[in-house]
Amino acid sequence: MLTPTLPETKPIKLSVRDMAFSYGPKKILDGLSMDIHAERVTAIIGPSGCGKSTFLKCFNRIHEVAADVDVSGDIQIDGVDIYRGGIDVVDLRRRVGMVFQKPNPFPKSIYENVAFGPRLFGVKDRETLDGIVEDALRKAALWDEVKDRLKESASGMSGGQQQRLCIARALAVNPEVLLMDEPCSALDPIATSKIEDLISELKESLTIVIVTHNMQQAARVSDYTAFFWLGRLVEMDLTERIFTTPKVQMTEDYITGRFG
Amino acid sequence: MNAAAPVFRRSRTSKIVDRLMRGVLWAIALTFVAVLILFVGAILKQGWPVLNLGFLTKMPETLDAGGGIKPQIFNSIYLVILSLGISLPVGLGAGIYMAAYAGQGRALRFLRLCIETLAATPSIVLALFGMIVFVQAMGWSFSIRSGALTLALLNIPVITRVTEVSLLAVPRELKEASYGLGATKLQTILKVALPYAATGILTGLVLTAGRAFGESAILVFTAGTNASAHFPDFRLTVPGETLSVHLWYVTSDGTLPDAREIAAGTAAVMILVLLTLNLLVRLVDRAIRRRTR
Repeated sequence: MLTPTLPETKPIKLSVRDMAFSYGPKKILDGLSMDIHAERVTAIIGPSGCGKSTFLKCFNRIHEVAADVDVSGDIQIDGVDIYRGGIDVVDLRRRVGMVFQKPNPFPKSIYENVAFGPRLFGVKDRETLDGIVEDALRKAALWDEVKDRLKESASGMSGGQQQRLCIARALAVNPEVLLMDEPCSALDPIATSKIEDLISELKESLTIVIVTHNMQQAARVSDYTAFFWLGRLVEMDLTERIFTTPKVQMTEDYITGRFG
Repeated sequence: MNAAAPVFRRSRTSKIVDRLMRGVLWAIALTFVAVLILFVGAILKQGWPVLNLGFLTKMPETLDAGGGIKPQIFNSIYLVILSLGISLPVGLGAGIYMAAYAGQGRALRFLRLCIETLAATPSIVLALFGMIVFVQAMGWSFSIRSGALTLALLNIPVITRVTEVSLLAVPRELKEASYGLGATKLQTILKVALPYAATGILTGLVLTAGRAFGESAILVFTAGTNASAHFPDFRLTVPGETLSVHLWYVTSDGTLPDAREIAAGTAAVMILVLLTLNLLVRLVDRAIRRRTR
Protein backbone atom coordinates (compact mmCIF):
# COMPACT_ATOMS: atom_id res chain seq x y z
CA MET A 1 0.00 0.00 0.00
CA LEU A 2 1.72 3.16 -1.11
CA THR A 3 1.33 6.71 -0.11
CA PRO A 4 -1.73 8.14 -1.82
CA THR A 5 -1.05 10.53 -4.61
CA LEU A 6 -2.41 13.69 -3.16
CA PRO A 7 -1.68 17.30 -3.82
CA GLU A 8 1.85 16.49 -2.67
CA THR A 9 4.42 18.94 -3.91
CA LYS A 10 7.36 17.61 -1.96
CA PRO A 11 9.62 15.02 -3.57
CA ILE A 12 10.01 11.51 -2.22
CA LYS A 13 12.96 11.38 0.14
CA LEU A 14 12.87 7.82 1.35
CA SER A 15 11.28 4.96 -0.46
CA VAL A 16 10.83 1.43 0.78
CA ARG A 17 9.94 -1.42 -1.53
CA ASP A 18 8.98 -4.91 -0.45
CA MET A 19 11.31 -4.82 2.47
CA ALA A 20 11.75 -7.61 5.00
CA PHE A 21 13.84 -7.70 8.13
CA SER A 22 14.95 -10.81 9.99
CA TYR A 23 16.87 -11.22 13.15
CA GLY A 24 18.14 -14.77 13.11
CA PRO A 25 15.24 -17.07 12.29
CA LYS A 26 12.75 -14.45 13.42
CA LYS A 27 11.08 -12.34 10.79
CA ILE A 28 10.33 -8.94 12.27
CA LEU A 29 9.20 -6.97 9.26
CA ASP A 30 7.75 -8.30 6.03
CA GLY A 31 6.41 -7.02 2.75
CA LEU A 32 6.82 -3.36 3.59
CA SER A 33 6.52 -0.64 0.99
CA MET A 34 6.07 3.07 1.54
CA ASP A 35 7.17 6.48 0.37
CA ILE A 36 8.25 9.20 2.74
CA HIS A 37 8.17 12.74 1.46
CA ALA A 38 10.76 15.40 2.12
CA GLU A 39 9.92 18.14 4.58
CA ARG A 40 7.00 16.19 5.95
CA VAL A 41 6.51 14.47 9.25
CA THR A 42 5.62 10.82 8.96
CA ALA A 43 4.39 9.09 12.10
CA ILE A 44 4.64 5.36 12.65
CA ILE A 45 2.09 3.98 15.08
CA GLY A 46 1.18 0.49 16.23
CA PRO A 47 1.19 -1.76 19.27
CA SER A 48 4.41 -2.67 21.10
CA GLY A 49 6.48 -5.23 19.30
CA CYS A 50 5.02 -4.51 15.87
CA GLY A 51 8.42 -3.55 14.48
CA LYS A 52 8.10 0.24 14.47
CA SER A 53 11.49 0.93 16.03
CA THR A 54 13.17 -1.75 13.95
CA PHE A 55 11.75 -0.16 10.84
CA LEU A 56 13.11 3.22 11.87
CA LYS A 57 16.56 1.81 12.51
CA CYS A 58 16.74 0.42 9.00
CA PHE A 59 17.05 3.94 7.61
CA ASN A 60 20.43 4.61 9.22
CA ARG A 61 21.49 0.97 9.60
CA ILE A 62 22.14 1.49 13.30
CA HIS A 63 20.90 -2.04 14.03
CA GLU A 64 24.07 -3.34 12.40
CA VAL A 65 26.03 -2.15 15.42
CA ALA A 66 24.37 -4.60 17.78
CA ALA A 67 23.66 -7.72 15.81
CA ASP A 68 23.75 -9.59 12.56
CA VAL A 69 20.50 -8.94 10.80
CA ASP A 70 19.15 -9.61 7.37
CA VAL A 71 17.47 -6.88 5.40
CA SER A 72 15.99 -7.64 2.02
CA GLY A 73 14.10 -5.52 -0.46
CA ASP A 74 14.90 -1.91 -1.27
CA ILE A 75 15.35 1.15 0.89
CA GLN A 76 16.35 4.21 -1.05
CA ILE A 77 17.35 7.69 -0.07
CA ASP A 78 17.05 10.14 -2.95
CA GLY A 79 16.79 7.15 -5.24
CA VAL A 80 19.97 5.43 -4.06
CA ASP A 81 19.77 2.09 -2.30
CA ILE A 82 21.23 2.49 1.17
CA TYR A 83 22.11 -1.19 1.57
CA ARG A 84 23.53 -1.96 -1.83
CA GLY A 85 23.96 1.38 -3.54
CA GLY A 86 27.58 1.77 -2.53
CA ILE A 87 26.69 4.24 0.16
CA ASP A 88 29.21 4.65 2.96
CA VAL A 89 27.42 3.82 6.20
CA VAL A 90 29.20 6.62 8.06
CA ASP A 91 28.02 9.14 5.49
CA LEU A 92 24.53 7.65 5.61
CA ARG A 93 24.36 8.17 9.35
CA ARG A 94 25.47 11.75 8.99
CA ARG A 95 22.66 12.35 6.50
CA VAL A 96 20.10 10.40 8.51
CA GLY A 97 20.24 11.55 12.13
CA MET A 98 18.55 9.82 15.02
CA VAL A 99 16.97 10.80 18.31
CA PHE A 100 16.47 7.93 20.72
CA GLN A 101 13.74 6.97 23.14
CA LYS A 102 15.68 7.84 26.25
CA PRO A 103 17.72 11.05 26.16
CA ASN A 104 21.32 9.86 25.80
CA PRO A 105 23.65 12.84 26.02
CA PHE A 106 27.34 11.99 26.34
CA PRO A 107 28.82 12.51 29.81
CA LYS A 108 30.50 15.63 28.49
CA SER A 109 29.73 19.33 28.54
CA ILE A 110 26.75 20.77 26.66
CA TYR A 111 29.12 22.30 24.13
CA GLU A 112 31.09 19.08 23.61
CA ASN A 113 27.88 17.13 23.05
CA VAL A 114 26.87 19.34 20.14
CA ALA A 115 30.41 19.65 18.81
CA PHE A 116 30.90 15.87 18.85
CA GLY A 117 29.50 15.24 15.38
CA PRO A 118 31.25 18.11 13.59
CA ARG A 119 34.54 17.11 15.25
CA LEU A 120 34.13 13.58 13.86
CA PHE A 121 34.14 15.10 10.42
CA GLY A 122 37.26 17.08 11.08
CA VAL A 123 35.94 20.51 12.02
CA LYS A 124 38.63 21.90 14.28
CA ASP A 125 38.49 25.65 13.90
CA ARG A 126 37.14 27.11 17.13
CA GLU A 127 35.07 29.84 15.55
CA THR A 128 33.46 27.51 13.04
CA LEU A 129 32.63 25.07 15.83
CA ASP A 130 31.21 27.84 18.01
CA GLY A 131 29.00 28.86 15.12
CA ILE A 132 27.77 25.32 14.46
CA VAL A 133 27.06 24.73 18.15
CA GLU A 134 25.11 27.96 18.54
CA ASP A 135 23.17 27.35 15.34
CA ALA A 136 22.24 23.79 16.32
CA LEU A 137 21.21 24.81 19.83
CA ARG A 138 19.07 27.62 18.40
CA LYS A 139 17.37 25.23 15.99
CA ALA A 140 16.66 22.92 18.91
CA ALA A 141 15.15 25.85 20.86
CA LEU A 142 17.70 25.38 23.61
CA TRP A 143 20.16 28.21 23.09
CA ASP A 144 18.55 30.74 25.41
CA GLU A 145 18.40 28.23 28.24
CA VAL A 146 22.00 27.07 28.03
CA LYS A 147 24.05 29.84 26.42
CA ASP A 148 25.55 30.84 29.77
CA ARG A 149 26.48 27.31 30.81
CA LEU A 150 27.81 25.64 27.70
CA LYS A 151 30.77 24.29 29.66
CA GLU A 152 28.59 22.57 32.24
CA SER A 153 27.91 18.86 32.12
CA ALA A 154 24.87 17.78 30.14
CA SER A 155 23.84 15.41 32.93
CA GLY A 156 22.77 18.38 35.04
CA MET A 157 19.97 19.24 32.61
CA SER A 158 16.34 18.22 32.89
CA GLY A 159 15.10 15.30 30.82
CA GLY A 160 13.37 17.58 28.32
CA GLN A 161 16.48 19.71 27.93
CA GLN A 162 18.60 16.62 27.48
CA GLN A 163 16.33 15.41 24.71
CA ARG A 164 16.49 18.78 22.96
CA LEU A 165 20.27 18.65 23.38
CA CYS A 166 20.24 15.28 21.63
CA ILE A 167 18.23 16.87 18.84
CA ALA A 168 20.75 19.71 18.64
CA ARG A 169 23.56 17.17 18.58
CA ALA A 170 21.90 15.39 15.66
CA LEU A 171 21.28 18.68 13.84
CA ALA A 172 24.89 19.78 14.18
CA VAL A 173 26.03 17.48 11.37
CA ASN A 174 23.40 18.96 9.08
CA PRO A 175 21.28 15.86 8.41
CA GLU A 176 18.62 15.59 5.71
CA VAL A 177 16.44 13.14 7.61
CA LEU A 178 15.72 12.96 11.33
CA LEU A 179 14.53 9.66 12.80
CA MET A 180 12.81 9.97 16.16
CA ASP A 181 12.16 6.84 18.17
CA GLU A 182 9.46 7.72 20.71
CA PRO A 183 11.37 10.87 21.62
CA CYS A 184 8.89 11.98 24.28
CA SER A 185 8.18 8.73 26.05
CA ALA A 186 10.40 9.67 28.98
CA LEU A 187 9.24 13.29 29.18
CA ASP A 188 6.53 15.19 31.03
CA PRO A 189 3.72 16.97 29.11
CA ILE A 190 5.43 20.38 29.09
CA ALA A 191 8.70 19.03 27.78
CA THR A 192 6.72 16.95 25.29
CA SER A 193 4.90 19.96 23.89
CA LYS A 194 8.22 21.76 23.45
CA ILE A 195 9.56 18.85 21.42
CA GLU A 196 6.37 18.77 19.37
CA ASP A 197 6.66 22.49 18.60
CA LEU A 198 10.23 21.85 17.60
CA ILE A 199 9.22 19.07 15.22
CA SER A 200 6.85 21.44 13.45
CA GLU A 201 9.65 23.97 12.99
CA LEU A 202 12.25 21.43 11.93
CA LYS A 203 10.14 19.99 9.14
CA GLU A 204 10.64 23.23 7.23
CA SER A 205 14.03 21.89 6.26
CA LEU A 206 14.08 18.22 7.24
CA THR A 207 12.35 14.94 6.56
CA ILE A 208 11.12 13.58 9.87
CA VAL A 209 10.03 10.05 10.69
CA ILE A 210 8.71 9.62 14.19
CA VAL A 211 7.70 6.47 16.02
CA THR A 212 5.16 7.14 18.73
CA HIS A 213 2.86 5.31 21.09
CA ASN A 214 0.90 8.44 21.65
CA MET A 215 -2.04 8.70 19.26
CA GLN A 216 -2.64 12.37 20.03
CA GLN A 217 0.99 13.10 19.34
CA ALA A 218 0.80 11.45 15.94
CA ALA A 219 -2.34 13.46 15.18
CA ARG A 220 -0.76 16.72 16.34
CA VAL A 221 2.64 16.60 14.69
CA SER A 222 2.47 14.44 11.60
CA ASP A 223 1.38 14.92 8.02
CA TYR A 224 1.28 11.21 7.26
CA THR A 225 0.58 8.31 9.55
CA ALA A 226 1.46 4.68 8.99
CA PHE A 227 -0.15 1.96 11.08
CA PHE A 228 1.95 -1.16 11.69
CA TRP A 229 0.71 -4.45 13.00
CA LEU A 230 2.76 -7.61 13.50
CA GLY A 231 5.57 -6.43 11.27
CA ARG A 232 3.35 -5.36 8.41
CA LEU A 233 2.10 -2.04 7.19
CA VAL A 234 -1.66 -2.09 7.55
CA GLU A 235 -2.45 1.36 6.26
CA MET A 236 -0.75 4.62 5.46
CA ASP A 237 -2.44 7.84 4.59
CA LEU A 238 -2.64 11.50 5.37
CA THR A 239 -2.81 11.79 9.13
CA GLU A 240 -6.19 13.52 9.16
CA ARG A 241 -7.65 10.73 7.06
CA ILE A 242 -6.17 7.98 9.20
CA PHE A 243 -7.71 9.61 12.24
CA THR A 244 -11.10 10.42 10.70
CA THR A 245 -11.83 7.98 7.91
CA PRO A 246 -9.42 5.05 7.95
CA LYS A 247 -9.99 2.50 5.23
CA VAL A 248 -9.11 -0.56 7.24
CA GLN A 249 -11.22 -1.64 10.18
CA MET A 250 -8.15 -2.68 12.17
CA THR A 251 -6.74 0.83 11.97
CA GLU A 252 -9.93 2.28 13.28
CA ASP A 253 -10.05 -0.26 16.10
CA TYR A 254 -6.51 0.56 17.12
CA ILE A 255 -6.95 4.32 16.99
CA THR A 256 -10.14 4.24 18.97
CA GLY A 257 -8.50 2.05 21.56
CA ARG A 258 -10.48 -1.11 20.95
CA PHE A 259 -7.32 -3.17 20.82
CA GLY A 260 -3.63 -2.73 21.20
CA MET B 1 -11.57 -2.23 51.56
CA ASN B 2 -12.99 -5.00 49.47
CA ALA B 3 -13.82 -7.93 51.73
CA ALA B 4 -12.50 -10.45 49.25
CA ALA B 5 -9.14 -8.77 48.83
CA PRO B 6 -6.29 -10.70 50.42
CA VAL B 7 -4.47 -8.97 53.25
CA PHE B 8 -0.81 -8.41 52.53
CA ARG B 9 1.03 -8.33 55.80
CA ARG B 10 4.71 -8.85 56.28
CA SER B 11 5.25 -11.97 58.32
CA ARG B 12 6.97 -11.66 61.70
CA THR B 13 9.73 -14.04 60.74
CA SER B 14 10.71 -12.09 57.65
CA LYS B 15 11.22 -9.03 59.85
CA ILE B 16 13.32 -10.97 62.33
CA VAL B 17 15.42 -12.57 59.59
CA ASP B 18 15.98 -9.14 58.07
CA ARG B 19 17.24 -7.74 61.39
CA LEU B 20 19.35 -10.81 62.04
CA MET B 21 21.04 -10.67 58.65
CA ARG B 22 21.78 -7.02 59.10
CA GLY B 23 23.43 -7.77 62.43
CA VAL B 24 25.47 -10.65 61.04
CA LEU B 25 26.72 -8.61 58.08
CA TRP B 26 27.62 -5.76 60.40
CA ALA B 27 29.57 -8.11 62.64
CA ILE B 28 31.48 -9.56 59.70
CA ALA B 29 32.36 -6.12 58.38
CA LEU B 30 33.37 -4.90 61.81
CA THR B 31 35.60 -7.93 62.43
CA PHE B 32 37.28 -7.42 59.11
CA VAL B 33 37.96 -3.76 59.73
CA ALA B 34 39.22 -4.51 63.24
CA VAL B 35 41.68 -7.10 61.94
CA LEU B 36 42.87 -4.69 59.30
CA ILE B 37 43.40 -1.90 61.83
CA LEU B 38 45.27 -4.23 64.19
CA PHE B 39 47.43 -5.46 61.34
CA VAL B 40 48.34 -2.06 59.93
CA GLY B 41 48.67 -0.69 63.46
CA ALA B 42 51.15 -3.39 64.46
CA ILE B 43 53.29 -2.77 61.39
CA LEU B 44 53.29 0.96 61.83
CA LYS B 45 53.97 0.70 65.57
CA GLN B 46 57.04 -1.44 65.03
CA GLY B 47 58.25 0.54 62.08
CA TRP B 48 57.62 4.00 63.45
CA PRO B 49 60.76 4.26 65.69
CA VAL B 50 62.93 3.31 62.73
CA LEU B 51 61.34 5.76 60.31
CA ASN B 52 63.44 8.89 60.04
CA LEU B 53 65.03 10.89 57.31
CA GLY B 54 68.30 8.97 57.61
CA PHE B 55 66.61 5.60 57.11
CA LEU B 56 64.86 6.85 53.98
CA THR B 57 67.85 8.63 52.47
CA LYS B 58 70.84 6.48 53.37
CA MET B 59 72.34 3.65 51.36
CA PRO B 60 72.01 0.20 52.96
CA GLU B 61 74.84 -1.32 54.96
CA THR B 62 76.00 -4.86 54.40
CA LEU B 63 77.50 -5.68 57.78
CA ASP B 64 76.87 -2.80 60.15
CA ALA B 65 73.74 -1.45 61.74
CA GLY B 66 72.18 1.88 60.71
CA GLY B 67 71.76 1.35 56.95
CA GLY B 68 68.98 2.95 54.93
CA ILE B 69 66.67 1.89 52.13
CA LYS B 70 67.10 4.71 49.62
CA PRO B 71 67.89 2.57 46.53
CA GLN B 72 65.17 0.07 47.38
CA ILE B 73 62.56 2.83 47.43
CA PHE B 74 63.81 4.02 44.06
CA ASN B 75 63.90 0.51 42.58
CA SER B 76 60.38 -0.28 43.77
CA ILE B 77 58.94 2.81 42.10
CA TYR B 78 61.12 2.46 39.00
CA LEU B 79 60.11 -1.17 38.48
CA VAL B 80 56.41 -0.45 38.96
CA ILE B 81 56.58 2.36 36.40
CA LEU B 82 58.56 0.30 33.90
CA SER B 83 56.34 -2.76 34.22
CA LEU B 84 53.20 -0.63 33.87
CA GLY B 85 54.77 1.06 30.87
CA ILE B 86 54.96 -2.35 29.22
CA SER B 87 51.71 -3.86 30.47
CA LEU B 88 49.45 -0.84 30.06
CA PRO B 89 49.59 -0.64 26.24
CA VAL B 90 49.38 -4.43 25.91
CA GLY B 91 46.58 -4.81 28.45
CA LEU B 92 44.60 -1.86 27.11
CA GLY B 93 44.96 -3.11 23.57
CA ALA B 94 43.95 -6.65 24.46
CA GLY B 95 41.01 -5.41 26.55
CA ILE B 96 39.77 -3.16 23.76
CA TYR B 97 40.11 -5.99 21.28
CA MET B 98 38.15 -8.38 23.46
CA ALA B 99 35.39 -5.92 24.27
CA ALA B 100 34.92 -4.38 20.86
CA TYR B 101 36.49 -6.34 18.05
CA ALA B 102 36.53 -10.03 18.90
CA GLY B 103 33.40 -11.88 17.89
CA GLN B 104 31.42 -13.78 20.48
CA GLY B 105 32.81 -17.06 19.20
CA ARG B 106 35.06 -19.82 20.43
CA ALA B 107 38.25 -17.85 19.82
CA LEU B 108 37.18 -15.18 22.29
CA ARG B 109 36.27 -17.76 24.92
CA PHE B 110 39.64 -19.41 24.49
CA LEU B 111 41.45 -16.08 24.72
CA ARG B 112 39.53 -15.23 27.86
CA LEU B 113 40.41 -18.61 29.35
CA CYS B 114 44.09 -17.99 28.65
CA ILE B 115 43.98 -14.58 30.26
CA GLU B 116 42.15 -15.85 33.31
CA THR B 117 44.65 -18.68 33.66
CA LEU B 118 47.52 -16.24 33.40
CA ALA B 119 45.83 -14.07 36.04
CA ALA B 120 45.53 -17.04 38.35
CA THR B 121 49.08 -18.29 37.83
CA PRO B 122 51.02 -18.19 41.12
CA SER B 123 53.66 -15.50 40.97
CA ILE B 124 56.40 -18.00 41.82
CA VAL B 125 55.65 -19.76 38.54
CA LEU B 126 55.97 -16.49 36.66
CA ALA B 127 59.17 -15.86 38.63
CA LEU B 128 60.78 -19.09 37.50
CA PHE B 129 59.58 -18.50 33.95
CA GLY B 130 61.17 -15.06 34.03
CA MET B 131 64.38 -16.45 35.41
CA ILE B 132 64.64 -19.15 32.78
CA VAL B 133 63.73 -16.89 29.86
CA PHE B 134 65.11 -13.45 30.67
CA VAL B 135 67.81 -14.11 33.25
CA GLN B 136 69.29 -17.23 31.71
CA ALA B 137 68.22 -17.75 28.09
CA MET B 138 68.44 -14.08 27.14
CA GLY B 139 71.50 -13.71 29.31
CA TRP B 140 70.24 -10.58 31.00
CA SER B 141 71.09 -11.90 34.50
CA PHE B 142 69.43 -10.38 37.55
CA SER B 143 68.50 -6.97 36.25
CA ILE B 144 65.87 -4.26 36.15
CA ARG B 145 64.84 -5.28 32.64
CA SER B 146 64.38 -8.95 33.59
CA GLY B 147 62.31 -7.85 36.57
CA ALA B 148 60.20 -5.31 34.69
CA LEU B 149 59.30 -7.75 31.92
CA THR B 150 58.36 -10.55 34.29
CA LEU B 151 56.39 -8.16 36.46
CA ALA B 152 54.55 -7.07 33.32
CA LEU B 153 53.36 -10.66 32.89
CA LEU B 154 51.73 -10.34 36.29
CA ASN B 155 50.02 -7.07 35.34
CA ILE B 156 48.83 -7.75 31.81
CA PRO B 157 45.93 -10.14 32.55
CA VAL B 158 44.54 -7.85 35.24
CA ILE B 159 44.68 -4.73 33.08
CA THR B 160 43.20 -6.65 30.15
CA ARG B 161 40.29 -7.91 32.18
CA VAL B 162 39.61 -4.56 33.84
CA THR B 163 39.67 -2.80 30.47
CA GLU B 164 37.32 -5.33 28.93
CA VAL B 165 34.85 -5.23 31.82
CA SER B 166 34.89 -1.42 31.99
CA LEU B 167 34.28 -1.13 28.26
CA LEU B 168 31.45 -3.66 28.32
CA ALA B 169 29.82 -1.57 31.05
CA VAL B 170 29.53 1.47 28.76
CA PRO B 171 25.77 1.98 28.16
CA ARG B 172 24.60 0.88 24.74
CA GLU B 173 22.69 4.15 24.35
CA LEU B 174 25.94 6.12 24.34
CA LYS B 175 27.54 3.92 21.71
CA GLU B 176 24.38 4.15 19.60
CA ALA B 177 24.41 7.92 19.89
CA SER B 178 27.98 7.96 18.67
CA TYR B 179 27.36 5.62 15.75
CA GLY B 180 24.18 7.53 14.97
CA LEU B 181 26.23 10.66 14.36
CA GLY B 182 28.41 8.87 11.86
CA ALA B 183 31.27 7.86 14.14
CA THR B 184 33.36 4.87 13.15
CA LYS B 185 34.04 2.06 15.57
CA LEU B 186 37.45 3.42 16.46
CA GLN B 187 36.08 6.94 16.99
CA THR B 188 33.34 5.53 19.21
CA ILE B 189 35.88 3.63 21.30
CA LEU B 190 38.32 6.51 21.62
CA LYS B 191 35.88 9.37 22.11
CA VAL B 192 32.97 7.80 23.95
CA ALA B 193 33.72 4.38 25.39
CA LEU B 194 37.22 4.87 26.78
CA PRO B 195 36.49 8.19 28.51
CA TYR B 196 33.43 6.60 30.09
CA ALA B 197 35.41 3.55 31.17
CA ALA B 198 38.37 5.62 32.40
CA THR B 199 37.56 5.55 36.11
CA GLY B 200 37.15 1.78 36.09
CA ILE B 201 40.38 1.28 34.19
CA LEU B 202 42.19 3.71 36.45
CA THR B 203 41.05 1.89 39.56
CA GLY B 204 42.25 -1.39 38.09
CA LEU B 205 45.54 0.21 37.17
CA VAL B 206 46.17 1.32 40.73
CA LEU B 207 45.31 -2.07 42.15
CA THR B 208 47.79 -3.51 39.67
CA ALA B 209 50.42 -0.99 40.67
CA GLY B 210 49.87 -1.87 44.32
CA ARG B 211 50.24 -5.56 43.62
CA ALA B 212 53.39 -5.00 41.57
CA PHE B 213 54.76 -2.76 44.31
CA GLY B 214 54.33 -5.50 46.91
CA GLU B 215 55.45 -8.38 44.71
CA SER B 216 58.50 -10.23 45.96
CA ALA B 217 58.79 -13.75 44.52
CA ILE B 218 59.03 -12.56 40.92
CA LEU B 219 61.68 -9.98 41.70
CA VAL B 220 63.83 -12.20 43.89
CA PHE B 221 64.35 -14.44 40.88
CA THR B 222 64.59 -11.79 38.17
CA ALA B 223 65.73 -8.45 39.59
CA GLY B 224 67.92 -9.91 42.27
CA THR B 225 68.72 -9.14 45.87
CA ASN B 226 71.31 -6.46 45.28
CA ALA B 227 70.86 -2.78 44.76
CA SER B 228 73.17 -0.62 42.69
CA ALA B 229 75.70 1.42 44.64
CA HIS B 230 74.92 4.44 42.46
CA PHE B 231 71.91 6.56 43.07
CA PRO B 232 69.69 7.07 41.18
CA ASP B 233 70.67 4.31 38.80
CA PHE B 234 68.37 4.26 35.78
CA ARG B 235 70.29 1.57 33.93
CA LEU B 236 68.15 -1.40 32.93
CA THR B 237 71.02 -3.86 33.16
CA VAL B 238 71.85 -3.55 36.87
CA PRO B 239 70.21 -5.61 39.60
CA GLY B 240 67.34 -3.81 41.30
CA GLU B 241 66.37 -4.97 44.74
CA THR B 242 62.98 -3.59 45.79
CA LEU B 243 61.49 -2.88 49.20
CA SER B 244 59.61 -6.15 49.48
CA VAL B 245 62.61 -8.15 48.33
CA HIS B 246 64.78 -6.26 50.80
CA LEU B 247 62.30 -7.03 53.56
CA TRP B 248 62.52 -10.71 52.78
CA TYR B 249 66.26 -10.71 52.25
CA VAL B 250 67.37 -9.00 55.44
CA THR B 251 65.21 -11.22 57.60
CA SER B 252 66.04 -14.53 55.95
CA ASP B 253 69.60 -14.26 54.87
CA GLY B 254 70.87 -11.05 56.37
CA THR B 255 73.99 -10.64 58.40
CA LEU B 256 72.81 -7.27 59.67
CA PRO B 257 72.62 -6.77 63.42
CA ASP B 258 69.58 -4.49 63.00
CA ALA B 259 67.72 -6.69 60.48
CA ARG B 260 64.56 -6.67 62.59
CA GLU B 261 64.42 -2.88 62.73
CA ILE B 262 65.16 -2.52 59.04
CA ALA B 263 62.44 -5.04 58.19
CA ALA B 264 59.94 -3.22 60.42
CA GLY B 265 60.81 0.14 58.89
CA THR B 266 60.64 -1.22 55.35
CA ALA B 267 57.24 -2.78 55.99
CA ALA B 268 55.97 0.51 57.41
CA VAL B 269 57.20 2.44 54.38
CA MET B 270 55.44 -0.01 52.05
CA ILE B 271 52.18 0.24 53.94
CA LEU B 272 52.35 4.04 53.89
CA VAL B 273 53.08 4.13 50.15
CA LEU B 274 50.15 1.83 49.41
CA LEU B 275 47.81 3.89 51.59
CA THR B 276 48.89 7.04 49.80
CA LEU B 277 48.43 5.39 46.44
CA ASN B 278 44.88 4.32 47.26
CA LEU B 279 44.01 7.73 48.63
CA LEU B 280 45.36 9.35 45.49
CA VAL B 281 43.16 7.16 43.33
CA ARG B 282 40.09 8.13 45.29
CA LEU B 283 40.87 11.78 44.65
CA VAL B 284 41.57 11.35 40.95
CA ASP B 285 38.50 9.17 40.55
CA ARG B 286 36.30 11.74 42.20
CA ALA B 287 37.77 14.50 40.04
CA ILE B 288 37.07 12.54 36.85
CA ARG B 289 33.54 11.70 37.94
CA ARG B 290 32.78 15.31 38.73
CA ARG B 291 34.08 16.40 35.36
CA THR B 292 32.30 13.84 33.22
CA ARG B 293 29.06 12.73 34.85
